[in-house]
Amino acid sequence: MPKKREIKEYSTDPAAQQMLIRAEELGIGTAFTRADNMVACNIGGAGMCCKQCGMGPCRLTKSGDVGVCGATIDTIQARNLTRAIAAGSAAHSDHGRDMAFLLKATAMGEAQGYSIRDVAKLRMVAGYYNIKVDGRKPEDVANELADLYISQFGQQRGEIVPAIRAPKKRQQIWREQNVWPRGVDREVVEALHRTHIGDDQDPAHILNHAIRTAISDGWGGSMIATDISDILFGTPAPILGQANLGVIKEDMVNIVVHGHEPSMSEMLVAASQDPEIIAYAKAAGANGIQLSGICCTANEILMRQGIPAAGNFLHQELAILTGAVEAMVVDVQCIMQALVGLAQNFHTAIITTSPKVKIKGATHIEFDEHHALTIAKQILRVAIDNFKNRDNNKTRIPQIKEDLIPGFSHEYINYMLGGSYRASFRPLNDAIMTGRIRGVAAIVGCNNPRSSQDYLHNVVVKELLKQDVLVVQTGCGAISSAKLGLMLGEAGLSEVGNGLREICETVGIPPVLHMGSCVDNTRILTVLSQMVEDGGLGDDIDQVPAVGLAPEWMSEKALAIAAYVVASGGYVIFGGSSPVSGMERVNDSSDVLHYLSEGWEKLYGGKLEFIPDPAEMIRKTLEHIDKKRAALGLPEYDPNKFGKSGDAKMNELEALPLAQRREAIYGLAAD
Amino acid sequence: MSRYIATRAIRGANALVTEADVMLNKALAEKGADTPVSFPNTAYFLPTILGMTGKSIEKIGDLKSVMDYTRGLLHPVPAGRHWTPYLGETLDSGMATLLAAETIEALRFVYGLQPEPMPESFTLAGGTNYGGANGHGHLNGPIDDIQLRSWGIQLVDGRMPGFAAIVGCAKSNAVAVKIVRELQRRNILTFLSGNVNGRSIIHQLQEEGVELGYNTFTVPFGTDTISAIYALGFATRSALTFGGMKPGMSREILLYNKERVFAFVLALGEVDDLKYAAAAGAINFGFPVIADTVIPEILPTGVTTYEHVVSMPFDAIDGKDDLEKAERLVQKCIEIRGVKVKVSNVDVPVSYGSAFEGEVVRKTDLRVEFGGKHSRAYEFLHMAKLDEVTDGKIEVIGPDFSQIPAQGSMDLGIVIKVAGRQMQQDFEPVLERQVHYFVNGASGIQHVGQRDIAWIRISNAAADKGFSLESFGKILHARFHEDFGAIVDKVQVTIITEPTLHTEWLEKARAAYDFRNKRLADLTDDKVDEFYSCTLCQSFAPNHVCVVSPERLGLCGAYNWLDCKASFSINPTGPNQPIKLGKLVDFKKGYWQGTNEYAAMGSHGVVQEVSMYSIMENPMTACGCFECIVMLIPEANGVMIVSREDTAMTPAGMTFSTLAGIAGGGLQTPGVMGVGKFYLISPKFISSDGGFKRIVWMSSVLKTSMADEFKAVCAREGDPEFMDKIADASNATTVDELMAWLEAHNHPAMAMEPMF
Repeated sequence: MPKKREIKEYSTDPAAQQMLIRAEELGIGTAFTRADNMVACNIGGAGMCCKQCGMGPCRLTKSGDVGVCGATIDTIQARNLTRAIAAGSAAHSDHGRDMAFLLKATAMGEAQGYSIRDVAKLRMVAGYYNIKVDGRKPEDVANELADLYISQFGQQRGEIVPAIRAPKKRQQIWREQNVWPRGVDREVVEALHRTHIGDDQDPAHILNHAIRTAISDGWGGSMIATDISDILFGTPAPILGQANLGVIKEDMVNIVVHGHEPSMSEMLVAASQDPEIIAYAKAAGANGIQLSGICCTANEILMRQGIPAAGNFLHQELAILTGAVEAMVVDVQCIMQALVGLAQNFHTAIITTSPKVKIKGATHIEFDEHHALTIAKQILRVAIDNFKNRDNNKTRIPQIKEDLIPGFSHEYINYMLGGSYRASFRPLNDAIMTGRIRGVAAIVGCNNPRSSQDYLHNVVVKELLKQDVLVVQTGCGAISSAKLGLMLGEAGLSEVGNGLREICETVGIPPVLHMGSCVDNTRILTVLSQMVEDGGLGDDIDQVPAVGLAPEWMSEKALAIAAYVVASGGYVIFGGSSPVSGMERVNDSSDVLHYLSEGWEKLYGGKLEFIPDPAEMIRKTLEHIDKKRAALGLPEYDPNKFGKSGDAKMNELEALPLAQRREAIYGLAAD
Repeated sequence: MSRYIATRAIRGANALVTEADVMLNKALAEKGADTPVSFPNTAYFLPTILGMTGKSIEKIGDLKSVMDYTRGLLHPVPAGRHWTPYLGETLDSGMATLLAAETIEALRFVYGLQPEPMPESFTLAGGTNYGGANGHGHLNGPIDDIQLRSWGIQLVDGRMPGFAAIVGCAKSNAVAVKIVRELQRRNILTFLSGNVNGRSIIHQLQEEGVELGYNTFTVPFGTDTISAIYALGFATRSALTFGGMKPGMSREILLYNKERVFAFVLALGEVDDLKYAAAAGAINFGFPVIADTVIPEILPTGVTTYEHVVSMPFDAIDGKDDLEKAERLVQKCIEIRGVKVKVSNVDVPVSYGSAFEGEVVRKTDLRVEFGGKHSRAYEFLHMAKLDEVTDGKIEVIGPDFSQIPAQGSMDLGIVIKVAGRQMQQDFEPVLERQVHYFVNGASGIQHVGQRDIAWIRISNAAADKGFSLESFGKILHARFHEDFGAIVDKVQVTIITEPTLHTEWLEKARAAYDFRNKRLADLTDDKVDEFYSCTLCQSFAPNHVCVVSPERLGLCGAYNWLDCKASFSINPTGPNQPIKLGKLVDFKKGYWQGTNEYAAMGSHGVVQEVSMYSIMENPMTACGCFECIVMLIPEANGVMIVSREDTAMTPAGMTFSTLAGIAGGGLQTPGVMGVGKFYLISPKFISSDGGFKRIVWMSSVLKTSMADEFKAVCAREGDPEFMDKIADASNATTVDELMAWLEAHNHPAMAMEPMF
């Protein structure tokens, strides 16, 4: 397949570049080359194509155009965007629903191989909802919590419960705007209903429901998913891990897990440590089993078990191109259909596991939590059996990988700032208030082959660090910083401004905190809520000097995240192109774009903007942070004010010969 | 923290916990699990362990679970590269260090190694009571509850702005003395421990003849770092005693210290692993660490209010000599902790500050004394019209003491004339009583008594530095302006040694004393229409309020109704506010609409009503700095009075310290009440429950020290021999013994109506 860009323009990641050269050698196409050859539909891309009914599809391309039914451009754009947000919310929330059922099954003792690993978190979460914990078995508490969480999806009236964890003022705004979700499923269904032909045709009214649907994701389904993953698999805490294709091992059976839900991948991790399975792998001629992850499945097992990440979204094809992957095991979301065709060039088995996801040509081994361990072992055996089919002449593993320290759950962040006794967000708030930390940027989201892989992420992250902005990341964005070594304590000494350096050194953190998978963006909401609660940064999330960015977004889930962050008061900047960009020559095609910014900001204090240029993203981020600082009456950011503390001087003196060292450190005794 | 500090602190923590483990196993083998462990005179067991874990340790065997818990707080040192975060882990390891240190000290008590032995010549100027050869030949070890409570009022009213835990050894003896003097000058309590290569600041101060002990605010704990745990035990007990915290409320106790106890750690000389570890423990309390050597600085804030760790290498401090450097070092410490310090600038040739109030001038150090056995001294303050007073005029009439031989004595009269638009005659005694504190603040001067029984000593050292009779005037002029500037505009002082004038003024003074006595006797609760609140302690005991009436002074003994009235005039928005009595609800029990409303508001709703005269119904609450505890003995149908100074067992089966835990913390406990000792002689003393005649038992120290006052009360009550019917520790330490005594002496309480 011909390519239109140089390989170095496809990706800034040298490991990816090696694999893309290899693909070219083999004459194999990838998402990168397909993106070159697939010109994006400019009408759909502008949000101006309506295919809601059989009277169309209607292509609206001129000022004043309407569809066959009379729908205006802004109505069509609002409907398209709302449907995308509904789909993204549905994806996250369905993940949450499956976790809730898994918790129920575990509590009932019906889920083979699962247990409640984090009783403390279970008790804490149950405590939010006044579920009695004292004197009860964890299973009983979990059972009651599971029932409550399961009911959040099908609830028809009232208010979903996880949202009570938002700051009080925020809750009031949601009630005033009538956007507190009633039930997760109800809001998604209503979004589809309202956007059907001949229903809701007031753009602002449609978009308000998009907000309500998104809240049911961020403060509903996603939050439930994160809570339960922690309860069942442990709340993440810092652990040493690795990222990039170099984690694939020549002498091992390589199994790459890809997708999103931890339920299956955690069981594969457990099964891969079974002595019987290891022996089976050795009998097959391998030195053992090397598990690694792609996309958010990678994040889930990386932050809890230290299982290495082979890469982010755009690495899924590249991993197979190493020729050393015996099986790629996938569940849900962000799995390219191209994997099956690509794998046919090698021995790699593509194994689908979710009852919701089959791919034509792939092996399907359906996952069932009641027999999870048995199925996990079966999958591993299939992979091990495939080891003998590997063609060693075809293996090309880039020897590129980087260490990282992931695992910054909000619980650990709370602990790390004060220990068991004094845990709080006070030191973080203090750092922001004094100006050592200028503000916080949550840089999340996908890869998108229409821009150079990781480039936008990395440019923005690196510059913001120099500007003393603390960066937190999830999802594929997190893996992009990991590959660059920014998630190491060392980066906190060398890659940052003076003030941020002091904080990194005081706490021992990397300047970029890996907070989990994309469903874990709820952890960021929790952190922001706790920062507000600790005081000094206003009384609601919209006052905190913070910005959310998704420089390389591509999935509908990203749009759902954007909308719930806006609803929570956050300023969200998306890179790449807007799905409702409109056209310059069409006068009435920019109304929705403006509404997402100014309209939403008036109602929620947050706004969504699409900014393709990274320099502009950085400028707007800093401008927003400084504006919020000023509104709080905090001192103006001054890059030269801080940086005096730390180990540097001590380390210098410690390197001196003994006599000089004594004098330099302790001075001369007078008596 | 930084990685360097984390590494050293965590290493130090691991080492000390191992040491504690080894000691515990040795003690279990040699002494047995049932051997008791305790610190002297405290109701808080091993206080840091009690506060942080809720465990009451009484036997060696109890320490096993503490060590299991402590090991769980330890962490590995941060990796050399690709480290995981270490701040939380270091703070936890620091806490482990404290728990291990307290375990070690407790075991040392079992082995007789605490308090730390010193040469016999070493004498404490006031310290923890160990019985026997007390105060000689040993360091202080932990501060007992008695002292904690008696310092309470000073800690809460800001006279004692905080404490400094000094660990190590200063650059030189002179620097050591200077640092301590600078802290004393600011009335900062100083705790001493640790050493550098075997040499401790305690040795340095001892060599320089600096008095160490409770009386000089300078308490030597021990010459090793481990003994610094006593400072944190003191801090923990502050929260338990005054803050109403319960054992095990670790987070609340630590935050209480961060917000309210202005303390810091000053590390002198080399900082080793253990010192880093102990410092990490102290940071949990919000106490910052300042070192006089190069250590990594941690300037971001959060766990502490201001910087966490500050390095001020001594030689690099800006200053013309070591003494000036020492002064700057202390200034920096105060700035970092945000300690609010009020320094009196009194123009006298000796150091000045209330840390010197407790200094004793011994016979051998005596230059001259006024009053006492061989001469007469008095002090008299009276008000005059503004134009009759020349502000700042200090006159000495008669000879100075240059002709008096060493250790001799002479007559002295101090007459103070004040004027001010807000001045009232009622304030004269309030101000006059301050002379004691003001004069005592000068280093090398001792003041005892008041009125015409004043007794003042000047030491050789003070006289050599040029302290003269005129100096008294300078002190009084400066301090009255500083502390009472709101009511006093002009102050004139006359010092009289000339015999005729001395006699003349003595007569005038005595006439005034008589007048004031009558005025005070007439000043009863039914003759005023307002009482005063005292919320001075609320910085420490947030829900406690004292209601002060003419016949019931504050429980700390420091504030009576006139004091409160004066204080309100000085600071109309301050801690003493008038309480309009309003409608009388019940005069017998002492309920007014105004006092009840105030109690509910002042205690933030914790207390709904307060009775002024009953111990059985809604008794007044207490912070923790009461002078005595009154407690019901149900079998005896009466009450016992336990004095703060009394460490012995009482018939209630509890010592003062244990009782204090029930009486304090701002909670109403019917049958238990903390009071000021002068309330005992008030006609309104539990008058609703039967009054003074209810007293069946009393600490003998009270019987002795207030013998004259009690005699007068007995006469008032119509039973001149009543004091002889009250038991004390010499004849009753159990209820049975007490009952036998009461029967034998026909105590009236037996025949009174039941108390409940």
